[in-house]
Amino acid sequence: MSSREIVLGRIRRALADVPAGDHAYADAVTRDYLREHGTRTREETAALLAENLSEYRAVVHRTDADGLPALLARLLTERGATSVLVPPGLPADWLGASEVTRVHDRAASSAYELEKADSVVTGCAVAIAETGTLVLDGSPDQGRRRITLMPDHHICVVHVPDQLVSSLPQALERLDPARPLTWISGPSATSDIELDRVEGVHGPRALEVVLLGGR
Amino acid sequence: MSGTFLGMPAFPKAAREAVGDERLRANLRHATHTIRDKRARAVGELEDWEALREAGKQIKDHTLRHLDRYLVQLEEAVTAAGGIVHWACDAAEANRIVADLVKATGETEVVKVKSMATQEIGLNEALEAEGIRAYETDLAELIVQLADDRPSHILVPAIHRNRGEIRDIFHDTMKNWGRPAPEGLTDEPAELAEAARLHLREKFLRAKVAISGANFMVAESGTLVVVESEGNGRMCLTLPETLISVVGVEKVVPTWRDLEVFLQTLPRSSTAERMNPYTSTWTGTIDGDGPTAFHLVLLDNGRTDTLADEVGRQALRCIRCSACLNVCPVYERAGGHAYGSVYPGPIGAILSPQLRGTTSEIDASLPYASSLCGACYDVCPVAIDIPEVLVHLRERVAQGGPAVTRGEKVVLRPARGHAAERAAMRAARWVLGSPGVLRTGQRFAARTRRLHPRTLPGPGRAWSASRDLPSMPAEPFRDWWQRTNGGKGEAQ
Ligand code: SF4
Repeated sequence: MSSREIVLGRIRRALADVPAGDHAYADAVTRDYLREHGTRTREETAALLAENLSEYRAVVHRTDADGLPALLARLLTERGATSVLVPPGLPADWLGASEVTRVHDRAASSAYELEKADSVVTGCAVAIAETGTLVLDGSPDQGRRRITLMPDHHICVVHVPDQLVSSLPQALERLDPARPLTWISGPSATSDIELDRVEGVHGPRALEVVLLGGR
Repeated sequence: MSGTFLGMPAFPKAAREAVGDERLRANLRHATHTIRDKRARAVGELEDWEALREAGKQIKDHTLRHLDRYLVQLEEAVTAAGGIVHWACDAAEANRIVADLVKATGETEVVKVKSMATQEIGLNEALEAEGIRAYETDLAELIVQLADDRPSHILVPAIHRNRGEIRDIFHDTMKNWGRPAPEGLTDEPAELAEAARLHLREKFLRAKVAISGANFMVAESGTLVVVESEGNGRMCLTLPETLISVVGVEKVVPTWRDLEVFLQTLPRSSTAERMNPYTSTWTGTIDGDGPTAFHLVLLDNGRTDTLADEVGRQALRCIRCSACLNVCPVYERAGGHAYGSVYPGPIGAILSPQLRGTTSEIDASLPYASSLCGACYDVCPVAIDIPEVLVHLRERVAQGGPAVTRGEKVVLRPARGHAAERAAMRAARWVLGSPGVLRTGQRFAARTRRLHPRTLPGPGRAWSASRDLPSMPAEPFRDWWQRTNGGKGEAQ
């Protein structure tokens, strides 16, 4: 007998007490928890996202489409970045005002090459206000998972209100589990040494978020 | 670091030694109190906490009651997404599968994401014996590995170490494992974290094979979820060519939507954050993004035996948040090592004797490593009634009876040397079996907690002789339940 059959057999014997007509999934769970916590206007939701991100030491900026290229150029300059990783589908004009060398992620790019880039700029799939979370789903404006991991500085641009939701349940229903998802709530952090929070262990130590539009 | 720590003394002896260690107690006290205070604030923010807790409990119970169906569904979905599923009855088989998979890649090094399941089966040691070196990449696990130590907490495995000790460990041993610690390393947490970053980065960039666990597996989509903070998880899950995940069969949930419950309750219960810094999800392999080969090893190793016990089965709901450790007066004094298992604290006291059986001295003593104060149940985000299971397991140890071991029905004999326990047991069963008496008893205990004796009178003396009686919580759970109107008839 294969181990698969052994384990499944053990499970079936262990569950001999469960009646055949046991609850179907749909009836088994009472979902009387909230879809979102509190009611907010769109503007308040954006403000909550900014507040929660800041609490985890992400730096939040707001601008509109016209102001974006100049803002991104300034953020990269202030950081002293000489090269920036660019996902394949990032709108061309976003980095139009910046002189920084663009590095394009290719299938053949090794982790060593990507590691040399100072910064990375991406879009976002969904942002969750209540938890201060950005979700990337590997779409062309966000690129492969590795590009937001190797550089020490990540700038993520969120369209407000299109990409903004209040709560985690609202985010999950928008996301496709078949895609590789990365949820980011503030920069990399550890509390393993006497529970002192230290930013930046392996992921980017600096996270900047640009809320675009909807001022 | 394998499942049963060899030569481990039974809990009362190990605990007595730990209680005498002043520094350990100070480190632990500071850490557990800090986390539990923060947790209470993070949980207090959600007005629907009790509804989320109930939903989490129901999802897990439902899944466990149909575990065969959901595992088969998961297997189909993972396979359809390009992954390969393996089944392992026990630790030895899981280790064999992983070692063979690593060898097939031709590699002799792997990077690891912190995972309780791989600690439980002693994977690192098994790989070492096959000439494969496994590098822990979680900062706390790295500290434990470099110090040739054992983890003592689910969430912060090096909680028993302070910054000075960590500096010394890095300074003395990093050079044996790769890049040495920087010159003049101080005990500043930021500097220590930087040293770990540099030390591990060269391993991430080089690694071709990674090994992880998972916090959740979604049956309908075949998705695996890893929740972390540092980014070491993302490194391991993304950069290598081959990813091997070893996951207990109880980690499956039916649907994608179910994550909306656990991704709200886990971070708040665990690190007391609204959300942990990083969560990664992946479904099989994805063309051009991440590993090109994905193996899922589904681990039994005593879980189906646990499932066979109608009272004890609820321990499989555990999402390893560690909240119960941080509120436990016994854990706070005894420390994680006294439990002789990778699962310390209240959850360890019920999980280890079920996964491993109660035949060894340490496992027979674990159900007694508790004061039954109920604080662990109150904080548990999936409402595991740990005291109920403890009492149930005490009965099994003291009186013997039917159980399931490695899938076979057995009749256990009463453990020797537990006569005093048997007396204490009868009293406990009488109290816990009569709600009225329990209520009065808890209130009485709480109101008189300053007068609480350090030893029990009468037949309980032998029982308490080897235990510090902990202080009682300020308010009994049942009072809180009624005051906060959460009972809905439960406490009548
Ligand atoms: S038993 Fe409950 S509180 Fe303890 S670690 Fe598991 S889920 Fe958390």
